[in-house]
Amino acid sequence: MTMVFTNADWALLLLHFLSLSLLAIGGAITTAPEMHSYLVTQKLWLSDSQFTASIALAQAAPGPNVLFIALLGWNVGMNAGGGAAAGAHAWGTAAIGLLLAMLGMLLPSTTLTFVMTRWAHRNRELRAVRAFKQGMAPIVIALLVATGWILARAQVQASGHALAWLLSAATALLVWKTRIHMLWLLAIGALLGAVGWL
Amino acid sequence: MSALRPHSCTDLFVSFSLLALQGFGGVVAIVQRELVEKKQWLSAEEFLDDWAVAQILPGPNVVNLSLMIGDRYFGLRGAFAALAGMLTAPLLIVVALAALVGGMADQPQVQGALRGMGTVAAGLIAATGIKLMAALRENVMGMAVCAALALASFVAIVFFHVTLAAVLLGIGSVAWAWAYRQIGRLARAPESP
Repeated sequence: MTMVFTNADWALLLLHFLSLSLLAIGGAITTAPEMHSYLVTQKLWLSDSQFTASIALAQAAPGPNVLFIALLGWNVGMNAGGGAAAGAHAWGTAAIGLLLAMLGMLLPSTTLTFVMTRWAHRNRELRAVRAFKQGMAPIVIALLVATGWILARAQVQASGHALAWLLSAATALLVWKTRIHMLWLLAIGALLGAVGWL
Repeated sequence: MSALRPHSCTDLFVSFSLLALQGFGGVVAIVQRELVEKKQWLSAEEFLDDWAVAQILPGPNVVNLSLMIGDRYFGLRGAFAALAGMLTAPLLIVVALAALVGGMADQPQVQGALRGMGTVAAGLIAATGIKLMAALRENVMGMAVCAALALASFVAIVFFHVTLAAVLLGIGSVAWAWAYRQIGRLARAPESP
């Protein structure tokens, strides 16, 4: 994919992520549909498969899933520089794209978090602040379990193998009741998947 | 606050880098095990408090969480150290992956392995929630109300596909109001002998 990318386009890229940052309640992935419609459908800066591969790779790699934003920026920059075949120039523009995307996505939300956390800490004896934390605790726990459930269900639906339920449940049980290292469990999952059991 | 704490910003950076590098598909599970169970920088209650705030604010939850923990111990410098730890090494890895093996993502074995890791990650995250349930024993709302609120949230999300924002706003404000009332009642109630 090659295209003409002006300074104004770089500014628009930054602006796009800046505008989504404060909407990303529950994580950056919740704004992925907006990103897809802007970057892929409207601007044609990314191909559909580049968009999907960015999300899949970031989920497979270690670290926070928000790194798919870095890959989106990287790929936009790579396309802007003429694709990987264009060599060093394209790598440079890819790095610029990555930095702008991450900066835009993280700057507003981390600033807000920083300010709000300090405020809440200064006012931690306030009845409203204490009530907020106490009230949220059971909901936050439910969200974690629900996230696990939804991820497991999505795997079962994608593969058609109900065995995935068993593996997820066994993992949860082992992590809850034993001190087994999580990387072992992930390696077992990868192996079972690679040989086609899931 | 817990007696144990990070020694320095370098300690924060290294600790969060190691957490992030172990976090396939859900860093929160690793954060809970390493910082609460092993290093004991946080109690389960403190972790729940922080995670509630990290969830309700916009932005990636674990990024918010690392910033909050770093800030608590070393202020702005700590926040940056923890944040940089959480992002730097994984960023380099994911870009290297994209550059090197991006084309392999279509192969069935690779797809299968990714699915397998996703399936395990689902269990890891669910277990984190299950383990934190013990922290609800101290809750001012009492165990029965906590269980009802948790069950309602779970069912709304999993079976009725209610959005996260709606659950936090709807069930969250009911819980907030109830906890507010309970704290007031406990403060007024005479101390039991």
